[in-house]
Amino acid sequence: MSELEKRYSPGLAAQTKRPIEDPGIEPHRVRMTDKSEKHARTAERQIAAMFGVSVIGAIIAIWGFFAFPIVDGDLSATRNNSLWMGLGMALSMLGIGFGAVHWAKTLMPDNEVSELRHQARSSEETRAQALEVVKLADGESGFTRRKLIRRTMYGALAFFPIPGIIIFGDLGPVVGDSLRHTMWKSGTRLAKDPTGIPIKASDVTIGSVFHVIPEGLEDLEEHKLEEKAKAAVLLVRVNPEDLNEDPAKADWSYQGIVAYSKICTHVGCPVALYEQHTHHLLCPCHQSTFDLANHCEVVFGPASRPLPQLPITVDAEGYLVAQSDFLEPVGPSFWDMRK
Amino acid sequence: MTNTTEQKQGFVGGTANYLDERLGLGAVVKGFGRKIFPDHWSFMLGEVAMYSFVILVLSGTFLTFFYQPSMAEVHYDGSYAPLKGAQMSIAYASSLDISFDIRGGLIMRQVHHWAALLFVAAAGLHMLRVFFTGAFRKPRELNWVVGFLLFLMGMAAGFTGYSLPDDLLSGNGLRIIDGMIKGIPVIGPAVSSGFFGGEFPGTEVVARLYSLHIMIVPALIIVLMGVHLMMVVIHKHTHYSGPGRRDDNVVGYPLMPVYVAKAGGFFFLVFGVIAAIAATFTINPIWNYGPYDPSPVSAGTQPDWYIGWLDGALRLAPSGWDVVIAGFVIPMGVMVPLVVSLVFLALVAAYPFIENWVTKDKREHHVLDRPRNAPTRTAIGAAGVTFYGVLWAGASTDLIATNFQMSLNQVLTAMQILLILGPVIAYWVTKRACLSLQRKDREMVLHGRETGRVVRLPHGEYIEVHEPVDKYELWKLVDFKEYEPVLPRPDARGKITVGNRLRSAVSRLYFEDRIAPVSKAEYELAHADHAPAIEDKPKSKRKQKALTK
Repeated sequence: MSELEKRYSPGLAAQTKRPIEDPGIEPHRVRMTDKSEKHARTAERQIAAMFGVSVIGAIIAIWGFFAFPIVDGDLSATRNNSLWMGLGMALSMLGIGFGAVHWAKTLMPDNEVSELRHQARSSEETRAQALEVVKLADGESGFTRRKLIRRTMYGALAFFPIPGIIIFGDLGPVVGDSLRHTMWKSGTRLAKDPTGIPIKASDVTIGSVFHVIPEGLEDLEEHKLEEKAKAAVLLVRVNPEDLNEDPAKADWSYQGIVAYSKICTHVGCPVALYEQHTHHLLCPCHQSTFDLANHCEVVFGPASRPLPQLPITVDAEGYLVAQSDFLEPVGPSFWDMRK
Repeated sequence: MTNTTEQKQGFVGGTANYLDERLGLGAVVKGFGRKIFPDHWSFMLGEVAMYSFVILVLSGTFLTFFYQPSMAEVHYDGSYAPLKGAQMSIAYASSLDISFDIRGGLIMRQVHHWAALLFVAAAGLHMLRVFFTGAFRKPRELNWVVGFLLFLMGMAAGFTGYSLPDDLLSGNGLRIIDGMIKGIPVIGPAVSSGFFGGEFPGTEVVARLYSLHIMIVPALIIVLMGVHLMMVVIHKHTHYSGPGRRDDNVVGYPLMPVYVAKAGGFFFLVFGVIAAIAATFTINPIWNYGPYDPSPVSAGTQPDWYIGWLDGALRLAPSGWDVVIAGFVIPMGVMVPLVVSLVFLALVAAYPFIENWVTKDKREHHVLDRPRNAPTRTAIGAAGVTFYGVLWAGASTDLIATNFQMSLNQVLTAMQILLILGPVIAYWVTKRACLSLQRKDREMVLHGRETGRVVRLPHGEYIEVHEPVDKYELWKLVDFKEYEPVLPRPDARGKITVGNRLRSAVSRLYFEDRIAPVSKAEYELAHADHAPAIEDKPKSKRKQKALTK
C-alpha cells in the first residue's frame, strides 16, 4: 500500500460490488413551460404579478407608518401601526421571494449538471514546493537553528497576553463579606414590600403572608436593588401548634409569626408562592419546595439548604423587628460560605 | 478597449468592465458563476439560519438607534399608561419607548426576537441534518466544529440580547445565571462580582451585555460564518446518494442564474415569513412583566426556547446534593447539571472524530448517507435528541403539571426517569427501525415494489405482482457504504492495547448488526429465479389478462 493509499484508506469499509452499473443522472423531465410558449408566457405574467404585489406591499407598509401616528395613551394606534407595517413588509418581501423562486422553477433551465470535485489535498508537486518555501524561510530566519531566539520568543509570547487579562481585574470589586450580610440588624422594623410601611404583629392574622423588606430600604440613595436582592423576606403566621421549632431557635419567632429569607438557596429566585394548608413555600423558577412548618427544610426540588430564618420579635410599639441579621448567608450556596 | 465598444455595452457592461479593470472580477465570475449546487429542501435549513442572521443585523441596527443600555433609574413617562410614573431603569424605559412611542419600533422588536428564535432553531435543525446524513465526515470535520461554535454563539447572542430590556423576566434569568456562577467552586463569587460589577444586580451588567450583544458576539458570528461558507466553497456542497452522484463529482444547478434566483428569493421568503409572524403574534411582551425587582416573580416563567434545556437540567437535579469537603461547600445540585450540559456539548463537537476513530475511513465523503444506512449513528443521534428533548421538556414541568392537572412532583420524577431511560429506548428503537428499513430496501431491490395487485396463476396459486424499480431508483437503494467490525489486533510490539480493545468493542457496537447492500451475485440470482412475478411490469392489458387466466 503506498503512502497516499494509506492516507486515504477505507478503514473498516467493506468492498462490495454493486449489482448494477451507475446509470448516470436521470433524464431531464420536460416541463410545460419548456415545450409550450403559452405556458411560458403565463409563468412570465405570474412572476410579474408577484413582483407587482410586492410593490403594493411596500406601499401598504409606508401607509401604515403615516396613517397611525403615536397617540399618547392610545395603544390601538401602536397596534395598527405595527400590524400594517409588518403585514406590508411581509407582502413586499414574499412578493419578491415567490416571484424569484417561481422564475427559477418555471423559466430557468432545470436540467441537473455534473461537475468534478478535486481532493482537498494539494498535488504532490505543490506540497513539495510548499515544503521548500517553509524550509527556505526557516533557513533564512534561522528559526530552528537559533534556539535561544526561539525559546525566548515563546516566553515573550506566553507572557505578553497576561496584562491583557489582568487589566480586567477591576470589572468588579474584591468579594468581601458582602455575601454574608444583609441590611437587617437588631431593631430594623419589618416593612411591607413595596410600600415600606412597617408591620404590626397584630396586623398579621393566622394564615396570612407578607412580602417584607427592611424599613428604610426605599430611602436608600444607592444599591437599593442589591440590598433588596439579599434582604427580601417572607413573613407568615401559622398556628403555633403547627410549628415544629428548633428549641435553640424557639425565640426567633413571635406567636407563630416566622420570617424566612425569600431568596431561594438553589440559584436565587424569589420563593414567592405559599401554600397555606401544607405550609409549603414553592420557588416558581425550579420548583424547590420548602416546608415552612419544619425550619423551611427542602422537601422537593433541586435546592439543598433550608431557607435561612430571620430572628424577629416586637418592639415597644408592637411593630415586628429583627433581632439581628441573618445568621448564615442567604441565597445560592458558594464554596466558602461556611468559613 | 475603445470607446465605441464601451458604448455598445451599455450601463451594465460598462460597470462590469470598470470593476474588472480595477478588481479583476472577471475571473471571479468565470470561476464561480457556474458553480454547481445540489438541490434538496434540507439544504435550505442552513440558509434559513444565515438569512435570519442578516435579518437580525438589520432589525438590530434599527433597535440600537433607540435603545439605551443604562441601569440608571428614571420615572417612566411614556405612552403605556399602566406603568406611568413607575421607577425603572433607562434600559427598560427605552425598550418600552421602542415598543410604544416609536413608529415601527414594536414591529422591529418583534422581527428581531422572532428572527433570533428562528436563527437558533434553523441552526439546530441544520446541525441535525448534517449529523444524520454524515455530512461531517472527511473532509468536513473542521466545518462541523465551526458550525458547532456558530450554534453556541447563537445561544450566546440570544441570551445576551434577552437580558437587555431589563424587565422582570430577564432579570430573573440573570439572577439564575448569578446563582449558577456563584456555585462554581473557588472562583464563583469572584466571577459573579466581575460579571455584575459588584453585587447582583448592580448597575453595570446591562451595558456589558450590550457590548457583547451588539459587538463581540455578532463579530464572532460573522467571522465564523465567513469561515463556514468559505469551507463550503472549498469542499463544494455534498449531495444525496442517487444515480450519477459520486464522491468525485457534484450534481445540481449552476449558481447563475438558478441559485441566484432561488437562494436570493429565499432570503425574501424568510424575511417575509418572519415579518408576517412578527406583525401578528406578540413575542416577549415586556410591558406585562414590569421593571426588574429582585422580590417579585411570576409563576410559569419560561426562558427563550434554546435556553430551555439548560434550565431543565437545573430543575431535574434531585434535592440535597450539596457536598461539604473540609468545610467547603460544593453545590452539586447546580454543578452536576452544568457539567452534564458541558459534556453533552463536548460530545456533539467531538462526534466526527469519534466516528472516524472507529471506522478509520480516511477517504473523502461527498455522497450523503441516508440515515437508515448508518443505523448506529442515526440511533446515537436519536438518543442525543431525546436527551436534549427531555431536558427541554424539563424546563416546563410546572406548565405540564398545571395544564394537564398532574402532580408537579410526579411530572418531575417522571422526567428524571425519562432522562436516563429515554435515550436508551430511543437508541434501540431507532436502530431497529433503520435495520428494518434497510431490509425493506433489500426486498425492493431483489423482488421489486409491491403493487397490491393479486393474481391467480393457471395452476391456482395466488401471487402478488411485484413491479421492478427502475434503474435510477435501484441505484439509490444499493449505493451505500458498509462497514465491518474489527477484532482487537496486536500492534507492532505484539501487544493488544487498551485503546485497541476499546475500538474493537465500539466497532462491534456500531457494525455488528448490519444489513449489507445487495451484491451483484444476489441480484442476479434473484432475477434468474422467480421470473414471472418480478420480470417486468405488464405492458398491456393483454399480458395482465394472460396472467390472470
